[in-house]
Amino acid sequence: MDELLIDFLTETAESLAALDDALLQLERVPDDPEMLAVVFRMVHTIKGTCGFLSLPRLERVAHVAEDLLGDVRDGKLPANAALITVVLGALDRIKLIVSGIVATGLEPDGDDTDLLAELRDMRTRGPAPEPEPAITLDFDTLEMLPPGTIESLAAQIAEAVPMAEATPEAAHGQPAQTIRLDVNVLENLMILVSELVLTRNQLMQIARTETDSRFTAPLQRLSHLTSDLQEGVVKTRMSPILGAWNKLPRIVRDLASELGKQIDLVMLGKETELDRQVLELIRDPLIHMVRNSADHGLESPAVRLASGKPAHGTITLSSFHEGGQIVIEVADDGAGLSTERIRARALAQGLASSAELATMTERQVQRFIFAPGFSTASAVTSVSGRGVGMDVVKTNIERLGGTVDLRSVAGRGTTFTVKIPLTLAIISALIVEAGGQRFALPQICVAELVRAEGSGSLEEGALVVERVDGTPVLRLRDQLLPLVNLRDLLQMDAQAAMNSADPTALTVVVATLGGTTLGLVVDQVFDTEEIVVKPVSPMLRHIKVFSGNTILGDGAVIMILDPNGLSRAVGHAGLTATVKDRPVDTQAAATERTGDRSAMLLVRLAPDASPVAMPLGLVARIESIAREDIEFTSDQPVTQYRGQLMPLMALDSSLAMADHVPVLVFADRGRSVGLMVEEIVDVVEDQLFIELVSSRPGLLGTAVIAGRVTEIIDAGHWLKQGWEDWFSDNPGPRNAKQLHLLVVEDSAFFRQLLIPTLSAAGYHVTAVDSAMKALALRDAAVPAEFDAIISDVEMPGMDGLQFARLLKEGGPWMDIPLIALSGRFNPIDIRRGGAAGFCEYLGKFDREALLAALRRHLDQHERQAA
Amino acid sequence: MMLSGVMAGPSAPPAATELPTTYVTLNLAGQLCGVPVSAVRDVLRQQPIAPVPMAPPDVAGNLNLRGRIVTAINLRRRLNLPPAPPGLQPMALVTESNGELYALLVDQVCEVLSPDRKRFEPNPPTLPVTWTKYSAGLYRLENSLMIVLDLSRLLALSVEAS
Repeated sequence: MDELLIDFLTETAESLAALDDALLQLERVPDDPEMLAVVFRMVHTIKGTCGFLSLPRLERVAHVAEDLLGDVRDGKLPANAALITVVLGALDRIKLIVSGIVATGLEPDGDDTDLLAELRDMRTRGPAPEPEPAITLDFDTLEMLPPGTIESLAAQIAEAVPMAEATPEAAHGQPAQTIRLDVNVLENLMILVSELVLTRNQLMQIARTETDSRFTAPLQRLSHLTSDLQEGVVKTRMSPILGAWNKLPRIVRDLASELGKQIDLVMLGKETELDRQVLELIRDPLIHMVRNSADHGLESPAVRLASGKPAHGTITLSSFHEGGQIVIEVADDGAGLSTERIRARALAQGLASSAELATMTERQVQRFIFAPGFSTASAVTSVSGRGVGMDVVKTNIERLGGTVDLRSVAGRGTTFTVKIPLTLAIISALIVEAGGQRFALPQICVAELVRAEGSGSLEEGALVVERVDGTPVLRLRDQLLPLVNLRDLLQMDAQAAMNSADPTALTVVVATLGGTTLGLVVDQVFDTEEIVVKPVSPMLRHIKVFSGNTILGDGAVIMILDPNGLSRAVGHAGLTATVKDRPVDTQAAATERTGDRSAMLLVRLAPDASPVAMPLGLVARIESIAREDIEFTSDQPVTQYRGQLMPLMALDSSLAMADHVPVLVFADRGRSVGLMVEEIVDVVEDQLFIELVSSRPGLLGTAVIAGRVTEIIDAGHWLKQGWEDWFSDNPGPRNAKQLHLLVVEDSAFFRQLLIPTLSAAGYHVTAVDSAMKALALRDAAVPAEFDAIISDVEMPGMDGLQFARLLKEGGPWMDIPLIALSGRFNPIDIRRGGAAGFCEYLGKFDREALLAALRRHLDQHERQAA
Repeated sequence: MMLSGVMAGPSAPPAATELPTTYVTLNLAGQLCGVPVSAVRDVLRQQPIAPVPMAPPDVAGNLNLRGRIVTAINLRRRLNLPPAPPGLQPMALVTESNGELYALLVDQVCEVLSPDRKRFEPNPPTLPVTWTKYSAGLYRLENSLMIVLDLSRLLALSVEAS
């Protein structure tokens, strides 16, 4: 194709998209001269250029449209809905012809006489007049108006004013300087930078093993430059999400008139940027979702008015960044999903039995709309309701490595939430091992990591592998997860399959693969890494369980697992057929153990390390210390802090020294130790499901925080070493008589936190994981003696409140101070705790408050006893 | 048929005029073979190769060549030759095809030769079937035969491979 023609087509495609938008704005603010001028100029340019390129059909249509717009500009015709509809019709024809040229290089044949006649007709006769919008009233009429009318008018005007103001800004908001670049140039740059990042990572890995290397400083600099360069190049691939949204106003407008509904489309976060490649791929699913909201979500004006809502329905699109992902929400304020209809439909289509449906939660029922071929629309409209809706959307989003979910409230509307990665070139992945080889599992499909016993009893919340119809499953909270061994899926070393042997402990990655949540059994789990996705060689492309390959920091080449491919492999193996997402009976669901709510501080310990978490309750203060304030005493960095010398520790020697170093201050018995970190990333407070890892000292466990598996470090372990060196010659005050505490806490994680904290404060600690075990200590032949009891409130079996009431009923422990620790911390719970017999009710996990409460009550207790 | 294939392919040179002059020679199950020196990007010895589950049997795995992922092809398997004796550390010739890098695992990479082109001849009918498929002809050297490997055929996605 002629280069000139290619340029024209590119430009025209851009102007056409902008024109749609401009015309819709014009319809809202009909007499905006500036917007009129913009529209006129764009059509004029198209007409002019196609005359030059000899595209007669295109020129004719554009010419007549231009004439009509010229009359509007000159004030001869009003720009009302009827006229805009005709002009939009002309634009559609132009698009059709342009796409014909793109496909064949030639103008397609076709008859435009109807359209041209309509345009000319509109020009000579003018559009049908619209109801007079402006009202003139005299005071007598005003007096007669029902009360409240003026106020509502005023509100409407106030709403319209900012809209009018915003319009010219949008017209001027074009980028000042842009250049057109071949996409391939950027793609190549991206590949090169990716290579550079890999090489840098390898170098850093080598450098980490060598202390005092001359290379350290220049490497550090190279590392920073590489990161900056990577960021810069990634930025060139980014464009605002608006690129995927710009067709929507027009689509919604057409839908509204087709369906006889009144629909407002609100777009928030238009500027949110994402990778161009992702943007292209997300466009169609989004259009589908908006259509779905307009058709199924919003009610007709009559129904809306009857239920006390405004006649205008609103579809709100919003997008924002969250934890390395982009979140897009499509919300409508319609009737919400009818779970009754979905239930009936699911039953009719044989997706679930009535017994299964009866035990399902609202949300589980609502998710049926993502099932293939599912549709609740009673009438098949031309818009949707053909049963090829949401399942296709879901598949396409998952293909991008994203997820989609929904929330629906009856009468209030439905919100779809799509989460997709910012870029497809670099992903965050969990490195796992199976059959002696490592694989990368995209982080987005990892829900949590758990360890399960291959055999054993079901008590005490231990995770045990059970069997349903011969299929190994894991009971995790309210779900039975089918277990699949990654080794089997990859057809590696079949004889070690878990069906034949009964292994003692399994490492299970709870993963969402193509809509099914299952437990993927792996041999070992390593860290999460940011990996550069490289396409697999054509010779291996037929293996669907891999989506790419990558080179790790240590130079090893590993395969990236494709969640959808794995899901298909699971399906082929017939492993999920028997227990697909089957909820456990309601009784079991009622006793489910919720995760502990805890505040975590996310920090980066070294320049390129992934963020790690530590319980915020352990940190006394966060300070920023200037580099010149750091001194060295016998090779130990220290700083003056509140009139004392405070030793500074770093967990990673490759910590870059900025002008100001963030320092986490840990305090204990009047002494402080600072932990230098690279960066404080965030504070997250959430329900965390913490998976314990005991194999590595200093590591408490892992949890999924902000969508990624994050290591939780035991800062205390590291600090203790430096601490002992530092304070060995000036020991702190010790309690003459060591007080004995009993800790009742079902969460191993919190036990691991509490024991060292309390021990460090000078107490002798005994910990048990259930109230029953604590009572066993009391009722033993020789009852154990404690000075205070600290108990969790939410525990499986006997909870903390029951436990407290039992203790206060009588027995040897009746008068021991009882302190409650709870994730739920509100006045009602506190009152309930007090009534049960707790003398203190504290949040999880506030170290200072706990130690203060202990001091308070133990002193009091001793005085009373004396 | 073989000849017409050579003539038709734009990359495969027609017999005498554009025949490569210099070859990297290699040993594969006792047979001397040659690959045009211009097609060889690298010669590697004892590289760690990461096997790929579910890969075709003649794909040995992936290796990392200065940050690029290279697919390693087990030439003995590809040519249906008996497996290498245990203890033999294969060497690899790295070549490029359609922008992808491949490492051909061979028993040993030998020397670089520039044989007299008059010694070149098309595949004789007596050549074992194993070789005819991937041979672009051969050179009759002083005391041995050197089979010229047809790389584009070797790296083509054969039906058997997938």
